[in-house]
Amino acid sequence: MAIKNLPVEECMIPGSAACPGCPATMALRIVFKALGKNTIMVVPACCTAVIESLYPNTSFDVPVMNIAFEAAAAGASGVEAALRQQGKGDTTVVAGAGDGGTYDIGIQALSGALERQTNFIYICYNNQIYSNTGIQRSGATPYAAWTTTTVGGKTEFRKEMGEIIQAHHIPYAAQACVSYPEDLYNKLKKAKSIKGPKYLEIMAPCPPGWRFGMEKTVDMGIMAVETGAWALYECENDVVTFNGKSKLILEEKIQRKPIEEWIKQQGRFGHLFKPKKDVTRIKTIEDHTDQIWKRYRKKYL
Amino acid sequence: MTVMIDTGNYIAAKAAVMARPAVVPAYPITPQTTLVEGIANYVKTGEFKGEYICVESEHSAMCACIGASAAGVRTFTGTSSHGLLLMHEMLHWAALARLPIVMCNINRVIGPGWNIWTDENDSISQRDTGWIQFYCSSNQEIFDTVIQSFKLAENKKVLLPVMINYNAFILSHTSMPVYIPEQKEIDDFLQKYKPQWKLDVNNPITFGNIILPVDYEKIRKDMQNSQENAKKLIPEIAKEWKKKFGRYHGDLIEEYKCDGADHILLAMGAIGAESKVSINNLRKEGLKIGLARVRTFRPFPNEEILKLGKQADLIVIDRNISIGSEGALFSEVKASLYGKSDTKVHGFIAGLGGKDVTYNDIETICRKVVEGKAKDCEWYGFEGGGK
Repeated sequence: MAIKNLPVEECMIPGSAACPGCPATMALRIVFKALGKNTIMVVPACCTAVIESLYPNTSFDVPVMNIAFEAAAAGASGVEAALRQQGKGDTTVVAGAGDGGTYDIGIQALSGALERQTNFIYICYNNQIYSNTGIQRSGATPYAAWTTTTVGGKTEFRKEMGEIIQAHHIPYAAQACVSYPEDLYNKLKKAKSIKGPKYLEIMAPCPPGWRFGMEKTVDMGIMAVETGAWALYECENDVVTFNGKSKLILEEKIQRKPIEEWIKQQGRFGHLFKPKKDVTRIKTIEDHTDQIWKRYRKKYL
Repeated sequence: MTVMIDTGNYIAAKAAVMARPAVVPAYPITPQTTLVEGIANYVKTGEFKGEYICVESEHSAMCACIGASAAGVRTFTGTSSHGLLLMHEMLHWAALARLPIVMCNINRVIGPGWNIWTDENDSISQRDTGWIQFYCSSNQEIFDTVIQSFKLAENKKVLLPVMINYNAFILSHTSMPVYIPEQKEIDDFLQKYKPQWKLDVNNPITFGNIILPVDYEKIRKDMQNSQENAKKLIPEIAKEWKKKFGRYHGDLIEEYKCDGADHILLAMGAIGAESKVSINNLRKEGLKIGLARVRTFRPFPNEEILKLGKQADLIVIDRNISIGSEGALFSEVKASLYGKSDTKVHGFIAGLGGKDVTYNDIETICRKVVEGKAKDCEWYGFEGGGK
């Protein structure tokens, strides 16, 4: 699917209250194009709750139910059951949460809904922070990144949510990136066609959160994939298939670019470069990324 | 009509299923477990045709109720104690989202230490969530109130969730005979649910997004108005039920032998039922005493209590305490009278942690007041070493 062939219909309509360069808004536009108007969206506390705009306005042309932070997957379970009870099982129920609402406070409800085989699509747009509340650390924040709650840089590595999801053995899970809209679209279409729980995580570089210029969102996502900081893959019935540049990296047909090239463009890692270069921590990030890819190769090749 | 002899929980399950909810999300907790097991059993027998979602926590149970109700179907659940407390955030959410969810809460003590007996601190601590709160005193009242609650909650003048409280074990696990109407009679009384609004792909609306102070305040005012509306509708629905089925448990309060009384006892739940025995005995002794069993804590029966306060001195028994203050019913009774009646009100804390409160205990409390020996506020039958 080429970009020019994506549906022209927009459910992401004018009036959004998003920041300039917002990756979640870009992702949502593709989400709605792929899922269409026969969709109901459940939104917990996250940037989307701001993006959708202020009462009595909305920037979404599908029905939306806002719900509490940790509650997206459980709320979606109720919506999905009620629709089926009314003979409307063909409506796609989608929960759209951030990484905080997914990796941290919402992981219990998410795990429960996956285990119960809830027929819905759970989308996590991962900007690696609590962005909506002003850039606090989440379980998705990478090692050494500055946030307002990890002022000297995070001292722990991020969770591998994809592998946690895989442990639920759901019919479809995938990782995408906002910089690759065709890939994102195709993954969403596939998710929509499959019955049962589907999980899709979208890498979403956040300009104010990561401290880069609003015009660089797409570049930052491409760099995340090319440096191996993020992987594009699908997991269908326990079979994992890497795609795009991530497939080439996995198969060692190309070398991943040094992480340094990605992080040096982000103000959140500025303390690793100024006043003097923190070689130790930069090496720690590179080594950790190598370990992740070694594990991927062992598991998925 | 048939008679079913069963425990409060199984009776509640029967009532819930006869109300034909489409979705019941629930998580087990002692002593609510037999309620959800009852519903699970009705799934197996085919009597319950809706969906029972076995969620992974009470928080998720209420979230799924919210999702299902917002998507336009009748929704029921049940919980108790810590489960209710875990739901707290979503109790507020359900009420603010104006979703007519009906839930049974089996009043159980809060830990630590672990204690599964009854007191009412679990539900009393949820009094400001916007939920209508009933307190039942018999299994028949549980059945009748569950059905009536759907009608109340779904009325467009109310559109608030309803919590039906009853005491752990004293009602939840005690069998009593209960008259069960035919399904058709229930269907006639409780029409098919038609939501005032719902998540609808043909009418895409965003519910619950960011709201500015002026509009938020309107929501709060409307909830308050709706609770006031419920004060009128609760008696109307109770009278309609009485006309159809011949049973009546009172309106916001149930008055018992209050005519000519110079002392009136106020209590809730099972103590309210036990009090009837005490009133009968005390009346035989010649005491002019009556009972006002408080059925709804929200909306609070201010007008009814003021009327009683103008007639008699009041005795309040609380199976709860707002630590640092006093029994919640005691406080609210006094607030109802403030500036309008200078009647004497005596408060007693009794039965915390599930301690028995028998008719003998209630008689002792009443005699103490009538004889002028009671303090303004005291703990009845305290057995600890301190004061």
